[in-house]
Order: sequence, then structure tokens, then C-alpha cells
Amino acid sequence: MAGTEVLMAGFGGQGMLLSGKLLAYAAMNEGMEVSWLPSYGPEMRGGTANVTVCISDKPVGSPYISRPMALLVMNQPSLEKFGPRVKPGGLIVVNSSLVPIEADRDDCTVIYIAANDLAKEAGTARAANLVMLGAYLGWSGVVDKKTAVKMIEKEFAKKAKFIPANKAAFEIGFAEGFKAKGGKR
Amino acid sequence: MAKVLMKGNEAIGEAAIRAGCIHFFGYPITPQSEVPEYLARRLPEVGGQYVQAESEVAASNMIYGAAGVGMRVLTTSSSPGISLMAEGISYIAASELPVVLVNIMRAGPGLGGILPAQGDYFQATRGTGHGDFQLLVLAPASVQEAVNLVILAFELAEKYLNPVMVIGDGMIGQMMEPVEFPVEGVGPPLDPGDWALTGCEGRERRIVNSLFLDPEACNRHNLKLKAKYERMAENEQRWELYNCDEPYDLLVTAFGMMSRICKTAIDDLKAEGTNVGLFRPISLNPFPYEPCRRVIDRAQRILDVEMSMGQMIYDIQLAAQGRLEIDFHGTAGGVVPSPDEVADKIRESLARIGRSPARKPGKRSAKAAAAQKSKSKRSKKTATAQKPGKRGGKKPQNAGKRSAARQSSARRHGRRSGR
Amino acid sequence: MNKIFGYPPTLTPRTTHYCPGCTHGVIHRMVGEVIDELGIRGRTVGIAPVGCSVLAYEYFNFDMFEASHGRAPAVATGAKRSRPNLIVFSYQGDGDLASIGMAEIVHAANRGEKITVVFVNNAIYGMTGGQMAPTTMPNQRTTTCPMGRDVNEVGYPVRMAELLAELRTPGFIARGSAHTVQETIRTKRYLKEAFEHQVAGRCFTFVEVLSTCPTNWGLSPREAANWLEREMIPYYPLGVKKRPDVQAAQEGA
Repeated sequence: MAGTEVLMAGFGGQGMLLSGKLLAYAAMNEGMEVSWLPSYGPEMRGGTANVTVCISDKPVGSPYISRPMALLVMNQPSLEKFGPRVKPGGLIVVNSSLVPIEADRDDCTVIYIAANDLAKEAGTARAANLVMLGAYLGWSGVVDKKTAVKMIEKEFAKKAKFIPANKAAFEIGFAEGFKAKGGKR
Repeated sequence: MAKVLMKGNEAIGEAAIRAGCIHFFGYPITPQSEVPEYLARRLPEVGGQYVQAESEVAASNMIYGAAGVGMRVLTTSSSPGISLMAEGISYIAASELPVVLVNIMRAGPGLGGILPAQGDYFQATRGTGHGDFQLLVLAPASVQEAVNLVILAFELAEKYLNPVMVIGDGMIGQMMEPVEFPVEGVGPPLDPGDWALTGCEGRERRIVNSLFLDPEACNRHNLKLKAKYERMAENEQRWELYNCDEPYDLLVTAFGMMSRICKTAIDDLKAEGTNVGLFRPISLNPFPYEPCRRVIDRAQRILDVEMSMGQMIYDIQLAAQGRLEIDFHGTAGGVVPSPDEVADKIRESLARIGRSPARKPGKRSAKAAAAQKSKSKRSKKTATAQKPGKRGGKKPQNAGKRSAARQSSARRHGRRSGR
Repeated sequence: MNKIFGYPPTLTPRTTHYCPGCTHGVIHRMVGEVIDELGIRGRTVGIAPVGCSVLAYEYFNFDMFEASHGRAPAVATGAKRSRPNLIVFSYQGDGDLASIGMAEIVHAANRGEKITVVFVNNAIYGMTGGQMAPTTMPNQRTTTCPMGRDVNEVGYPVRMAELLAELRTPGFIARGSAHTVQETIRTKRYLKEAFEHQVAGRCFTFVEVLSTCPTNWGLSPREAANWLEREMIPYYPLGVKKRPDVQAAQEGA
């Protein structure tokens, strides 16, 4: 893999910045170069929040990407805004629990995943962001599943009671993504 | 030492501690507030002092006081805050004290906005405050480089007894990248030398001062400072060349994060078979004129790209000494040019010297780009060679002002891609 | 034979530039004597302001800063926080402290910086040639209020000692005067107490000293001293405005 970019977008508080951080951590731990660039400003408070994670086997050039390889969306405005920008052949993961519309792209893989519902099954609806991250990694294999799980354990080390539900949410998402890829990579 | 993933602002704070700076005086302002937040937490752990000043005016005078008693000291701010610090910075430079300042630039002028910009280039390199003084200015392009340059900034501040500014845009403050700190723990304290006010016990008293009512004395002081700035210019030029080993027709000039975006555009074009060089000054002052001229001499045209309406371009002009035409592309207000946008500007510049592949600008709206199949994306079929001076009946532009006007008209016509 | 009076070692053997009848020289001397008496010259750092006492660093014989206009309390904050063992004081006039430096003095006091501020209030801008100060008396004529200070236009004179004494943060705040020998001696006691609080690391300390400016007031030195007594003291009452609760301060409360 030479490099890839993921844009994760949703409302502030939906945890997409954290998903991005976990991804960046995991890739870094696998020896890759990474950058994590959040949107910031008034948007940080309740509006849309998004983060671009770049992963590369050489130093990351621009951390600011207008056409990402993958898009993870937690709300409709983000899909409408960023959906058209995904590179052809790329991936769009849509949280269908919250996004009532479909992605208008026939040149990308689009995965619809009821992230909130699945997260609730895993133990907490708050872990929808990890279902989304799992789906992305299940499909793309950008980092090893084990590395990602390790990052989740590390991130929640001080709030250990949240680890099982978050791990479970991630695993469910991962399975969905892997299935969408055809069960093999 | 293991790499850690850190936000630029926090890494800057930690870098200062590693350099032995345990005193911080500052005032919150977006997008640099994570530096004071980080240090408010960290400095007490290392026996240091964090003081939230009542204003940036006060902060700049607090660091004057701290440096004057021989302590390594840091302040950080963002554009409007740096304007308020101008007073203290001038006094610090005049009194020859070592301090490190960080400006995480936001959009201006006035209150502007809080998103990334590079519009303080003039302020940093030309007019930070009143009187004849210069800052040594370093501009990182990654979080790791921000760490390295903050540590270097303390060394240089103490070597020259001069304020050093590390200048980045909001992106570098807010983004996370892996960093490795070159040193462990807290660096050793500053040697107060023969100038710091440590109490006059057992020695002659000292004065930290910038008042010279006698014009001859004031002139002598200015000459002394000038000699110092000349030594800095001789010894402290830093720059990076990218893709300059192979022949190129066009040289792109950019600094800070903008250079990273240009690099991606250059990589994309390289994949199409077009080689474009990049010159990035790391020390904005002293500006590396001679190294810049050397790479300019191998090009036929220059494209300067900044997140401003054209400020560094004047230094590029000084380096080029009228030998080449300079195109300019700039955005402000927190609008960050995308790699695609820069690539289009590179194609336009190449077209002006008859070196296409120039993609027709205007065809690359987001929807069009999305609709395109991956194959045609980098196809040369769509390229049309253009001769200089023929594009749209416009003559080639050669400098900041006119090109900036051209660029904004391009924006009005919606030719910008990818947004 | 014991020498009981002499030139303070804390003052340089220079003739000051102050006008005849100005009390800056006397106030310099009192500060110097207090520092000598406390034996702290070797660890004292003074901060000169912008104004008539801009050259105070020429007269005090120990480490000195020259600060920008009004910012001496900020400079003092930076110095004291960085080297807490230093004894740090600022010496400021009314334009410097009560006008352009209002933010710095109020916040330094409110943070409880362990510094000493000597505030010389002569109700006028001296160095720039007699313009109105925030402490100029009602109806007092200056070059920028030639018809006299109109309190309806520019408000009443600022009582800095009282203003700072209102702050909740512990501090030692006093106002003295240098227009008579008796008041000068009393003022020196305030200065000594202020420095003692600082040496003990107790609290922010502030001594306002009413001072004369015969040149810009357009009076003879004797008339100026009388004018200060008659016009200023009723408006700017002398005395200690606030003392730290020493016991509480020692307990770190």
C-alpha cells in the first residue's frame, strides 16, 4: 500500500475524531506515516465535525485532502457534502441508522451499516463510531484488526468498563465490512 | 525513543520543556490555545510556572521580565495576539534577550477568522514591532519539524540573544502527527551569562534596557544589532528542496504547511510524467536568497503559492532578481488550496512557457471529477498545449498584485476544483 | 565614632535630573534606605517605568530593568515568577500605572504577585510636559485640560490605593506622602512593611506616595507642598488601606 486517505464526518460528539485517532494510532504502530487533521472552529461545538486521516508508507504530503479514498459518514449533511468528492473506486460507509438517504455514486463501493443499532446490540449506542471504523477496516484492511483492537484497549484504559462494548462494536463493524468486500481481501 | 501521536500545539509545548523551558506566559486564542492548556497541566509537574496573562500585551512584557532574569521562556499566540505582543517583542529585541515566540497563524486582517492562514509573513519577517529589529523566524511544515524547530529556536535565541519566532498555520497547531522527541526529560537551565538580572550580590549591577537618549549611543546600539542580524543571515539560513534533482521547467515556492500541499500536487504531476521542483524556506528570516536563486536559475518560471494574498512572493522576487516571471496563487480567510487546485495552477504556469500537459481549467468541478472514471483522471488526452500569453487572451502575470487579482477572478468564475 | 547617617549604598553617586522641589529624589532615597536596612540589595531587581522616573535605573545601585509604558507589573510578574528568590519592585508614576498600565497593575494585584509597587502620584504627567493624568484633581488645570479637569467630561481622579484594596486577594496597600518630613518618615515605614511582606513571600504590596510637581503645577516648591496638603490629601486620604491577614497567609490560606 502506498497510501490512502479517509475522511470521517458527523456531528460533533459522535466520536468520529476519536475513530480517526484510533486509526492513526494503529497505522503509526504498524510503522506507517500518518496525519490526523480535524476540522476546527465553531464547528467543534455541536456542528459538523470531520477529520481527515492520511496513511502512507512515505512521509505524508498534504494532510488536507479534497478527494479522499474513503468516507465514513454519520449524518446526512456530511454525505451530501463529501459524498461527491470520494475518489472513483473508493469506499463510502454510511451509518444508515442516522442517514435516511443513499449515496449517489455508482463508481464507489457504498456500505450501508446501521451503526447505532449494531452498537446498541454490542452494549452501547455510543460506540457507533467504532462500528463505522470496524467496517472501514474490514473492507480496506489498512491496518491489522489486532492492532486496532489494541488501540481501543489503550484508548479506554482509564475507563476499562467501556472496553468490552467498544471492542464488540468494532468487531461487528469489521465483520460487516469484511462481508462487503466479499469475505476475502 | 518511541514515536507518539501528538497535536501540533501540544507537541510545541512539550518541545519547549525538553529544551529546558519551564516558564510560560501567555493568553488563550484560537487556534493555539492547546499550547497554554497543555503547559498549564505539564509545567507544575516539572517545577515550572504557567501564568495566564491578562492580555498579550502583558504576556509579552512578562516574558521580557522572565528572560531578563535569565530564564528560558516561551509564549505562544495567534495573529491578533502577536499584534498585541509587538510592544514587548520590540523591547526584547532591543534589550537583546533570548525568548521564543510561537505564532499559530489564523486568518486576518482584523479579527479575520480562526482557520489556517499565512498572512503574518510580513509581520514576522518585516514588521513585528516598531524600530529597526529583526526576529529569527522558523517555519515548520510538520509536527515533528515544529518540535525540532522549537528546540532549535531556544538554541538560536541564546546564541544570538535575540527573540526567535516559530511560525505555523492553524493546521499545524491542530493536526496530529507522530513525533519523536530528540531529548528526554527537562533540558538544563539557561546559563544567565553576563547579562541576566540575578541580583548584584558579589558583582557589578546590570541593567536590562532599551533607552538610549543620546543619538550617538542609540546609533551605535543599532549598528551592533545590525552586525548581529548579518551574522544570523550568514549562519542561519535553512531551506528544503523537493524534487529538484531532476530537470524541471517550473519551480514552486511555498512555506510551512502550504509546501506539503504543493508536494502532493507535485507528486501527482510526477505520476503524469511532469517534473516540478519545490523550494521551501525553513528560515523565513534570514531568507535563504542564494539557495533560492540557485534553484531559480535552473527553472524557466516560478509559481509561488501561499495562504495569503502574496507576501513571501516579495522575497522570491528578491531571489529571482527579475530573471524569471513569477506566477502567484494564494487564498486567504482560512480557505486552504487543495492539492488538485495547486496542480491545476502548476499546469497553467507550465502552459505559459509552452510546457504542457495542461489540463483545461474549469472542467474539474467536484461533480465532474467524481463522475470521471479513474482512468481518465490522469489521462493526457485532455491536455492541450498552450503558448504563453494565449490563455484566455490574458498576458502572463508576473507578480503578486496582478496575479492575486487574476486568481480572485478565477474564483468568481467558479474554476476552483475539488470544493 | 559610629556613623549614623550617610549616603545609601543602594543609590548611585549621581545627581538626579528631577526638578527642584520634586519629591522623586526623596522617594528614591526612602526605597534605597529600606533595601539597605533589610540587607536585600544583592537580590533586588527594580523596574523603572516610562515617565519622569524613566531614568530611575541610573540612580538605583542594583540590578534594574527599564520597562515599557505601564507594563512594569507584568515585567515584575515575569521576573518574580521565574526567580522567586529575587526581591522585585516596580517604581511607577500616575500616567504609567493608573492610565496606560491600569490592566497590568490591577491583574498583578489580583493574582497576588509577591512584588512591591511604588506608585508616585503627582496628579499630572511630568515628563511629557504637564498633561492631565487619571489622578489630576477636579478643576486642576493642565495643558490638556486648560480650563481645569471637568469631572463630567473625564470622570473623577482614580484612587488607586482604594481601588486595589477592594480586591479580594490579600495584599498590603497603603498611601503616604512625601510633602513633609513627618509624612515622609511615615511613608518610609509603609515601604519597609511592604518589602518585609515580600521578603516573607506573603502577598502583593503597594505603596502610593503623593508627590509634588512644582514645575508643571506652576508653583514654587513650598506652594506645591501646601497645594498637595490642601487639595490632594482630602481626596487621597493617607494611611494603610489593607493588610494581609498574616496568620492566614502563613498558613497558606
